[in-house]
Amino acid sequence: MSTTPPDLETEEPLIQGPYAGVKFGRGDKAFSTVALASGVTILVTLAAVFVFLFIKGLPGFTADPEIFKPSSDSFWGYVGRLLFGTTFAAIIALLIAVPFSFALALFISHYAPRRIATPVAYVIDLLAAVPSVVFGLWGARTLAVSSQPVQRWFDHNLGWLPFFKGPASATGRTILIAGVVLAIMCIPIITAICREVFSQTPRLNEEAALALGATRWEMVRYAVFPHSRSGMVAAVMLGLGRALGETMAVSMVMSSTPIITLNMISSTNSATIASNIAANYKAEDNRIQTVLLATGLVLFLFTFLVNFVARYVAGRGERGQR
Amino acid sequence: MTTFDTIESERLYSGRLPAYAPYLVLLIAFAASGLLALLLGWGIVPFVIVGGLIAVVGMPAWSAVVENRRAATDRLVTSVIWAAFAVTLVPLVWLIWVVISKGVPAIDLSFLTHDMVQRLDPATGKLVAGGGLEHALIGTLLVTLGAVVISVPIGLFTAIYLVEYGKRNRIAKVVTFLVDVMTGIPSIVAGLFGLALFTLIFGVGTRMGIMGSIALSLLMIPTVVRSGEEMMRLVPDDLREASYALGVPKWRTIVKVVIPTALGGIVTGIMLAISRVIGETAPLLVAVGAAEAVNSNLFSGRMMTLPVFIMTQYSTATPQGYARAWGGALILIVIVMVLNLAARIISKIFAPKTGR
Repeated sequence: MSTTPPDLETEEPLIQGPYAGVKFGRGDKAFSTVALASGVTILVTLAAVFVFLFIKGLPGFTADPEIFKPSSDSFWGYVGRLLFGTTFAAIIALLIAVPFSFALALFISHYAPRRIATPVAYVIDLLAAVPSVVFGLWGARTLAVSSQPVQRWFDHNLGWLPFFKGPASATGRTILIAGVVLAIMCIPIITAICREVFSQTPRLNEEAALALGATRWEMVRYAVFPHSRSGMVAAVMLGLGRALGETMAVSMVMSSTPIITLNMISSTNSATIASNIAANYKAEDNRIQTVLLATGLVLFLFTFLVNFVARYVAGRGERGQR
Repeated sequence: MTTFDTIESERLYSGRLPAYAPYLVLLIAFAASGLLALLLGWGIVPFVIVGGLIAVVGMPAWSAVVENRRAATDRLVTSVIWAAFAVTLVPLVWLIWVVISKGVPAIDLSFLTHDMVQRLDPATGKLVAGGGLEHALIGTLLVTLGAVVISVPIGLFTAIYLVEYGKRNRIAKVVTFLVDVMTGIPSIVAGLFGLALFTLIFGVGTRMGIMGSIALSLLMIPTVVRSGEEMMRLVPDDLREASYALGVPKWRTIVKVVIPTALGGIVTGIMLAISRVIGETAPLLVAVGAAEAVNSNLFSGRMMTLPVFIMTQYSTATPQGYARAWGGALILIVIVMVLNLAARIISKIFAPKTGR
């Protein structure tokens, strides 16, 4: 009994049964088109964010200088002050968050026993899930009030530093507290990425270090850190992106005006772009709305840049390993 | 190198602290701090801080005496890391404690079943606010549902494109990169986008629930894409190839083989994405605004949402306002935690069997 190969010349369909006569190409074509369209939608959306903010915000760049008074006399002066506040709050946040995040990530990846590390990682993720408005409420109603003695102490004992020039705010709701709240919100992000990066250190490198007589810290310093450097930088940049764009925690904790001041504990604080939008979005004046959209565009570009650099650094690190 | 090091290396091994040393140091440190606290009348905060400091300094000091300098450094870092862990727990525990202790008294049945519209109280003949967040609960539910309806199909199909069709071509690379960048969009910018888009089409002053949904989906899509992509990549190629070998077309393979296999992870990702956006305040504040009455139409007028409710009640700066804000905060945290927990349980149940 010899099997004959199917005759390709005839138009006889190869497939029998329920699928006979079904044109496979069509369903596939439709499906892959929909999938591609979704991907393109994302491209278009991101472009649209830029375009719409640009269209609506463009008049803001050349708005009447009158509306920027008394804090400033031109758009760029206004945005400059807001950018200063945004960066200042983010720097305070990162100065606090980065050491804690690195320590926590190391704790989870290398120091804690496994049965502690898993729940700790879960708890840190929970910290990330707490909504920002709750952080804002807690920061303004609880942390600010409890921190008053500390801020007064800074005023009395470190008043010679420009950062603590005072007079200490009576409510405690200052950019320092906003920075602390931002730090608490950044810690889970930075920790989560660093934890991943640290635990990807090749096991052999670590064991080689230990076998050479290194203590655990020396192993971390000479095997884990060099391996994770780019990942750590990227994590910090992503934390920075979060701190720059956070709105509610800042606007609820401190009342602020667009000024430049290094004083972290007084009752006049530098506004951030985001908190300034949240504070003024109800303004009746249409010109102010336009200016706010323009500052929003500046914030978008600024955070875009930060994220771009972060991804680039992370990507370069990955290529370096191959 | 100092002579000290040479002596160390000649001795082959130096002294070691016993395994219980850290516990002993902790005990002594807090006993000493407790004694000081009793003598000087400190509160609990200085007691804990001083106790922790003594432990962090004492452990390496003891190690430096008995062991060597390198071991002491190691002990120092270990103590600092444990201390950092303890310090990070403080805000979390504090926050949850405050929200529960202040939120529970504010919540009762009327809090959940009234809105904030002022009505004539028949007993006193005065206008009183309803004093509840029913309108905010309904608003949050609808706006988030809208965001889910928009972002889940787009996110999932993008993930399918990236995993099944893109195969690292240029479009796939650009989309992956932009999804990464999208993760970092500040939430208020998303809100401004919703505002700019709709005011351009419908005129200045337009406020609709759907504007909030669009803003939120901008924040939600990247999470859905990333988790969907990761989960579909976990599906073994053997399954796909077995399906192709049976003559099943590619799209049916995706629908009938890939997605069911990855379903647990995909659902988990979607729920985590929801829990991320359900607490977003800034975009809703800007794009949807605030309202006092129930509005169950996504396509007309302002709507109240839970985070904005907390925000507006907080800014009334009255005792009742603060109480309502804490009540709302507790409800919001419970919703977010339940979503998180459910997501984790689902991912545990449906975790793909990796064969290990």
